[in-house]
Amino acid sequence: MSLLEIKDLKVTFRTNDGPVNAVNGLSFTIDKGETLAIVGESGSGKSQTAFAAMGLLAQNGSATGEVNWDGRNLIGLSQRQMNKVRSDQIAMIFQDPMTSLNPYMRISDQMAEVLVQHKGMSKRDAIAEATRMLDAVRIPDAANRVRMYPHEFSGGMRQRVMIAMALLCRPRLLIADEPTTALDVTVQAQIMQLLGDIRQEFGTAVILITHDLGVVAGFCDRTLVMYGGQIMEEGTTEEVFAQPRHPYTKGLLQAVPRLDRDDGDLQTIAGEPPDMSRLPAGCPFSPRCATMLEQCPAVRPELVTTSDGRRRACHLSIEEVVQ
Amino acid sequence: MFSYIVRRLTVAVPTILILIAISFVLMWSAPGNPFMGEKAPPPEVLANLEAKYGLDQPYWKQMLDYMTNVVFHFDFGPSFKYKDRTVNDIIAQGFPVTLTYGFWSFVVAVVFGIGLGIIAAIRHNTWLDYLAVGFAIGSQSIPNYVMAPILVLIFTLWLGWLPGGGWEGGTWDHLIMPVIALSTSYFASIARITRSSMLEVLNSGFIRTARAKGLPSGRVIFGHALKPALLPVLSYLGPAFVGMITGSVIIDQYFSTGGIGQFFVNSAFNRDYSVMMGITILVGSLTIIFNLLVDILYAWIDPKIRY
Repeated sequence: MSLLEIKDLKVTFRTNDGPVNAVNGLSFTIDKGETLAIVGESGSGKSQTAFAAMGLLAQNGSATGEVNWDGRNLIGLSQRQMNKVRSDQIAMIFQDPMTSLNPYMRISDQMAEVLVQHKGMSKRDAIAEATRMLDAVRIPDAANRVRMYPHEFSGGMRQRVMIAMALLCRPRLLIADEPTTALDVTVQAQIMQLLGDIRQEFGTAVILITHDLGVVAGFCDRTLVMYGGQIMEEGTTEEVFAQPRHPYTKGLLQAVPRLDRDDGDLQTIAGEPPDMSRLPAGCPFSPRCATMLEQCPAVRPELVTTSDGRRRACHLSIEEVVQ
Repeated sequence: MFSYIVRRLTVAVPTILILIAISFVLMWSAPGNPFMGEKAPPPEVLANLEAKYGLDQPYWKQMLDYMTNVVFHFDFGPSFKYKDRTVNDIIAQGFPVTLTYGFWSFVVAVVFGIGLGIIAAIRHNTWLDYLAVGFAIGSQSIPNYVMAPILVLIFTLWLGWLPGGGWEGGTWDHLIMPVIALSTSYFASIARITRSSMLEVLNSGFIRTARAKGLPSGRVIFGHALKPALLPVLSYLGPAFVGMITGSVIIDQYFSTGGIGQFFVNSAFNRDYSVMMGITILVGSLTIIFNLLVDILYAWIDPKIRY
């Protein structure tokens, strides 16, 4: 049985301009210890999927569908019940480590309260455990630094603190929402390295939400490509990168700048990211798709599983996309 | 930190001297003098009076003498209007009164203002929020010169529960109406500042982190959000506290409390130079002290601020 199963997840936000449908019927699973990448542009609904699973949607947002965890649907659980799952079983780290830590509290207090809350530890034991965890994410001089405030850490170090804090209760799933986007490139590599080591050491399954395909390539077992709150394509990372079977994935991969090829200009996907309050009835990517067919804007292509276990949602045949 | 406080207090002395100088210049440039009543006294009487109070001296000497007396003897001189009383007497009599009702007004405004602000922010965009905001705006729109007679009308004339005025050493029944009338608008401001700053904090990344950690909502709000949400309130509270403990002429007038608010305004009408100066210096010094106190509290709350 899979660790987490998301079935027909829909997320809607009430706004003054009418409802905005951020996620439109998303289904996927992740197994124990697996790493799954959710890839897409800003506004593709990838972060909202994570927030919905954690019950952390903004006040005007609501989710329907199933988020099955330990035989329970997390959607519809009360905040009190949800709090028992958060951080203890599913932990999350965020994009901007500069704002994700409370600037008015010592790291020791911020980390210790997680263990006091979920494990009933004494404060003293909790701080000792927090120090060990900071050591595990390779923060030098952890015993002293645990007493410091967030502003005394650099951005990369703060993200390490966030990772350490997320791992305190040994959660079975870690959701990392663009964990390296706000960091500079050398630090990005260190953080990804750290996440990789941690997965090995703790056996934690990881959902990595990112728009950075370079980060995905070296890290994730499976890749799920999202657009307009729907899945465009899914498969093992190797397969998806070697042979994208959806025009959108193809476009994304071509847009990655390459130094080893002299193409001149940077490749882009023409057009704007979709307006989530006015998606076409058919394929959400159709307005930007270079190989659009007549039926595409009107008929939503079904997400079909091919014989090799990959999934795709496109009216074109695989051969037509790949050629 | 200690050297910072010493430095701030050292700067306070010239600040107050400059305050004295500016007030002096403003007084001189206003027409009239303390001895001009309905009709002017004969010139020789006026000359005698001016000589007695030192008003015949050149301006710079008057100012210098005054400053010397204030700084070295803590003596604010005699009142020009009340012949048998000194300014020190008037402040000693009136300030404890305003300090008492001002302090309780402050307590009421802070407790209810912050409480209402937090509730409104937590229940953002619900009927409770609208009710709280409506109540705060309503309270702020009613000036205390309207509030005071309404209170007297209800509690004294209709219900007969509370005395309509007087002080009697500040017993609780004499305190209630002045405290309500004075604290209302401060309470409303504090509630609005708390609400908007709490809303901002609740939307910040570290609150999302706190929720993702599975902390109960009480701990998220009081453990994580409250401290940063109160910073803007704190900077309002320093001047507000001084404003409250130095009283209000409206309160003193309506409730006959005999605080310095009334003396201050009357001194301006009477050209009672020394009382005007004395109370100005009192308010100025309190403002400096409480602003310093706010800055110290800031450093205590926000670890990024170090002096």
